[in-house]
Amino acid sequence: MRTKFDEQLNILNKELITMGALCENAIGNSAKALVDGDSRMAESVWELAARIDQKEREIEAMCLKLLLQQQPVATDLRVVSSALKMITDMERIGKQSADIAEIVTLENIKNTDGTDDIHDMAVAAIKMVTDSIDAFVKKDAAAARAVAEYDDVVDGFFNKIKQMIIVHFSRPECDSEYAIDLLMIAKYLERIGDHAVNIANWVLFSITGNKEG
Amino acid sequence: MDKITVEKLDLFYGSFQALKEITLNIPANEITALIGPSGCGKSTLLKSLNRMNDLVEGCRIEGSIRLDREDIYGDMDVNLLRKRVGMVFQKPNPFPMSIYDNIAFGPRTHGIRSKAKLDNIVERSLRDAAIWDEVKDRLKKPALGMSGGQQQRLCIARALAVAPEVLLMDEPTSALDPISTAKVEELAMELKKQYTIVIVTHNMQQAVRISDKTAFFLLGEMIEFGETEKIFSMPENKKTEDYITGRFG
Ligand SMILES: Nc1ncnc2c1ncn2[C@@H]1O[C@H](COP(=O)(O)OP(=O)(O)OP(=O)(O)O)[C@@H](O)[C@H]1O
Ligand SMILES: [Mg+2]
Repeated sequence: MRTKFDEQLNILNKELITMGALCENAIGNSAKALVDGDSRMAESVWELAARIDQKEREIEAMCLKLLLQQQPVATDLRVVSSALKMITDMERIGKQSADIAEIVTLENIKNTDGTDDIHDMAVAAIKMVTDSIDAFVKKDAAAARAVAEYDDVVDGFFNKIKQMIIVHFSRPECDSEYAIDLLMIAKYLERIGDHAVNIANWVLFSITGNKEG
Repeated sequence: MDKITVEKLDLFYGSFQALKEITLNIPANEITALIGPSGCGKSTLLKSLNRMNDLVEGCRIEGSIRLDREDIYGDMDVNLLRKRVGMVFQKPNPFPMSIYDNIAFGPRTHGIRSKAKLDNIVERSLRDAAIWDEVKDRLKKPALGMSGGQQQRLCIARALAVAPEVLLMDEPTSALDPISTAKVEELAMELKKQYTIVIVTHNMQQAVRISDKTAFFLLGEMIEFGETEKIFSMPENKKTEDYITGRFG
C-alpha cells in the first residue's frame, strides 16, 4: 500500500550510511595526516568535507520532498525529522575534520608526543559515529544510548592530552606552536564526539519519541 | 472541563454491534477528531451524541452519554438536545429555499417570529460562518445556487443559528476544494472559542491541523484517544501507528 514510501525511506537510510561513512573517513584521514605528517592525506580530508557538504544538501532535499509528498506521521515523521537534524551534525563533523587537516598542513607539530593519543581519540570518535548511524538503521535504542556513554572515552583522551600539554608548557624547551595546535586538534575531536552524541540522541528520538540529553 | 462524557457505550443495529464499550471524554471548547477506517463506527458515534440514531429502526444502545453531566438518553427532550448539539453533514444539504430562510428555519421552529430578531440571527450566523460578505447581497436567492463550499458554510451557519453548544461535523470538507476546505478549517478553529466541536475526518492532515484531541476507532472499538500531537508523533498503540502511516491492512 505504501511501497513507494518504504522505498524512499530505504534510500534515505542508505544515504545516511554513506554520509556517515564519509564522516568516518574524514576523521580517520585527518588523524592519519597528523600521525604520518602527510599533507596529501590532509588534502583528501578537504575533498571528503566537500562531499559531506554535498550529501547534506542531497539528503536535506530528499527529506523535504518526503515531508511534502508523504506528509509523514508517527515513526515516519520522527525518522525524517531526525535525519534532517542528524545531517547537520554530520556536516559539522566533516568541517571539523577539515579544520584538523588544516592545522596539520601548518606543520607546527614536529614533536610526536601525544599523536598516539590523538590517533586513539580519533578511533574512539569514529566508533561513536559508526555506532550512532548503525543504531539508526537498526532502530536500536540501547546502542544509541551506549554512544552517549562512550563520549566519556573521548573526553578522557582530551583531558589526558590537555594535562600533557600543561606539563609541556612548564618545560624550558617548550614549543608553544606545537602545543597549541595539538590542543586545538584534541578540542576538535572532542567536539566531534559531542556531535556524535547529538546524532545518537536524534536516533533515540526517532525510535522512542523522547528527546534525551 | 468535559462537555460530553461517553461511558461504556455499546450500540447495536439489530444484532450487529457497531460500537463496543466506548468510554470517551470530550473537552469543552476544543476540537476532537474521530478517525478510523470506513465502517469503524465514527458516524455512528457522532450520531449517537445527538440521538440521530433514534430514527434508525432496530438501533439500541447501552451505557451512557452525558452532556454537561446530564444523561441525554434520560429525560432530556430530544428537540432541545438537537438544539444544543448541532450537526453538519458530509454533503452540504441546504433546504430548497432562500439563503435567508435556510438560516431562519431553525430559529423559527423554536418560535422566533420577530423580523428584526431573525435578521439579526441570520447576519450573525452568516458572519460566524465566514460567509456573510459573499452572500449579504443575495439573501433572498435560492441556497442551491451557491457553490459547494459556500453551501457547506451555509449549513454551518444554519447549525449555528439555533445557538448550539456542541457542533458535530461528519467529514465536512470531503466534497470541498482546498480553498473552501481551508475556510471551513479556519472557521472550526475560530468557533471552538464558543463551541465544542467533534469532527469526523478521513484526512489525517486535517486532524493534525485543527484538532486538539484525536480518537482512533477500529471495528467499533476505540483503540486510542489522546492529544492530537501525541497521537500523530508517537502513538502508543501499534494499530494506531499502522493506520495513520498507511500500513493498515
Ligand atoms: N442504519 C444502519 N443499520 C445497520 N447497520 C449500520 C447502519 N448504519 C451503519 N451501520 C453499520 O455500522 C458500522 C459503522 O458504520 P458507520 O457509518 O458509523 O461507519 P463510519 O466509521 O462512519 O464509516 P465511513 O468512514 O465509511 O463513513 C458499519 O459496519 C455499518 O455498516
Ligand atoms: Mg461515516
